Amino acid sequence: MFRYIARRLFEVIPTTFGIIVLTFVLFNVVGGSSAEVVLGKNATKEAIAAFNHRHGFDKPLLVNMEKEKPLWDSQFCRFVVDLAHGDFGESTERREPVIDVLKRGVGPSLSLTVPMLVGGTFAGLALALLCAAFRGGAADRAVLFGSTILMSVNYVVWVLAGQFVLAYKWRLFPIWGYESAFYLVLPVLIGMLSSLGVDVRFFRTAVLDEIYKPYVRTARAKGLSGPQILVRHVLRNSLIPIVTYVSLSIPYLFTGSLMLESFFGIPGLGSVSLNAIHSADLAVVRAVVVLGALLYQVVNLVTDLAYAWLDPRVRLG
Amino acid sequence: MRTIWNRLRLGGKLCLVVIAAYFLVALYGEVQYRVAKMRDVTPAYNMVHEELRYQPPSWAHPMGTDNLGRDVAQRLVQGARISFQVGIVTSLIAIPIGVLLGLLGGYFGGKTDSVVVWLCATVASMPGLLFILAISLVVGQGLLGIWLGIGLTTWVGVCRTIRAEVIKHRDRAYVQAARVLGYSHARIMFRHVLPNVAHIILIQFSVRFPGAVSTEVFISFLGIGVQGEPSWGVMINNARLRLWQGVWWEMTFVTLAIFALVLVFNHLADELRDILDPALRNEG
Repeated sequence: MFRYIARRLFEVIPTTFGIIVLTFVLFNVVGGSSAEVVLGKNATKEAIAAFNHRHGFDKPLLVNMEKEKPLWDSQFCRFVVDLAHGDFGESTERREPVIDVLKRGVGPSLSLTVPMLVGGTFAGLALALLCAAFRGGAADRAVLFGSTILMSVNYVVWVLAGQFVLAYKWRLFPIWGYESAFYLVLPVLIGMLSSLGVDVRFFRTAVLDEIYKPYVRTARAKGLSGPQILVRHVLRNSLIPIVTYVSLSIPYLFTGSLMLESFFGIPGLGSVSLNAIHSADLAVVRAVVVLGALLYQVVNLVTDLAYAWLDPRVRLG
Repeated sequence: MRTIWNRLRLGGKLCLVVIAAYFLVALYGEVQYRVAKMRDVTPAYNMVHEELRYQPPSWAHPMGTDNLGRDVAQRLVQGARISFQVGIVTSLIAIPIGVLLGLLGGYFGGKTDSVVVWLCATVASMPGLLFILAISLVVGQGLLGIWLGIGLTTWVGVCRTIRAEVIKHRDRAYVQAARVLGYSHARIMFRHVLPNVAHIILIQFSVRFPGAVSTEVFISFLGIGVQGEPSWGVMINNARLRLWQGVWWEMTFVTLAIFALVLVFNHLADELRDILDPALRNEG
């Protein structure tokens, strides 16, 4: 067990390094200074130089070869050190530390995404079990067909149609705002529906992978009823792929939903990121990208360790 | 190819026909676009008619006109052109990268494989859509940004499936025989192993294509993608403005066009997977 944990922890290092390098290459090497976008095309040279100096874009990329300056006084080293300190620089648009912007956004994002994930997972599981119970039958085919249809509707269309029909035409829900839990109902429903198609198909496969195993026959021979076998035996054993699948979306809980948040006026990280992209506020975009990726690492690690703890086959195999 | 067609069920054949029809439409759009560009005239789909703003569908304009009096049907054709361009170009970026890395990792194993797995894990950790948006933003707005954004992030799926399949083939008799005959690694990889895993490429293409089309619609809708050209995403964003006042046609037809294309591709991908890769049957 200890060896497994050590090995798995060790594996995180190269990937984390890769994430940092990739982010750095994208934003600092390819992207570079956003001075022109932020200050406008008519900005003076002095203003641009001051901007670059303030945000560290005047430093060399990898190593500093200037005399009397330390070798590590470079953009890359500064990026790594700042990251370790939880310092993501300053938002060029709002002129405040990025970390403060992010902290404000996490709460609203979670209030939207957590119910979405929980509701979506349970709805998907229920439908998948229904499929498994009537596999090959009319209900199964109807759900499969429906899920292909759901998968093919564009995300943009979900949001616009939900807003237009349910909120505007039928006046069932408020269109825009973040004042009470009621404001979240429609975006949560839309979010659930838009991912339901993919979820159901995945869960169904996971359940069907188990259903032909010998222990299911044994359970039936013992005289257990269909639903009992499905929930007590099959579901439990198919939880491993299902939990892996669901856990992979946990990082996205924090980074929020770009479309839903901007279109329903929820001041979460999703709308923060989208605004930042529109105003070329690279510091904010970079922070969300790198934090999202690092969070993905953490969640992955925790899931793997949880398996090792729960399932001896993992740590011994 | 012939046998694949014969083994498709009726639904799959129908999907392929619809895709071919879309493709012809897109091709027509491409010709129209090129001709207008060469003659240096405003193409019909960008022609502004102030007097024809917001015309409902009629014989002259079967799908109505938009806020500048432009013909929706004409613009829809251009949208198909851009969608196919995105689907094909991003595949041309993502599939070669994925196939090459997958072959290398799966065939050689060991340190090479570790590097491939590391690359996949790194790119897969990036927060999907936001990462694509960031790439398009940094590269510069427009189609190039979209191509690179989608192409450079979606090769991971191709790589992982190819790698897994190559590992199964690595120790088969035909590979060992080729090795005994003294063939080079490159020759065994590309001449012997690759044809045996080629069906994965076909499946991956049909899986990736609708995803790329949907992503382009999303990015262009947000105003970060295609500029000044009638991409379907741009059209939806445009149609949104007057939907509240009952201008339904632009939104309806664009939505239907996207939905139908993505739907037939999704269904075709399902059937192809059933035919070509029985082990993966029913996988989500």
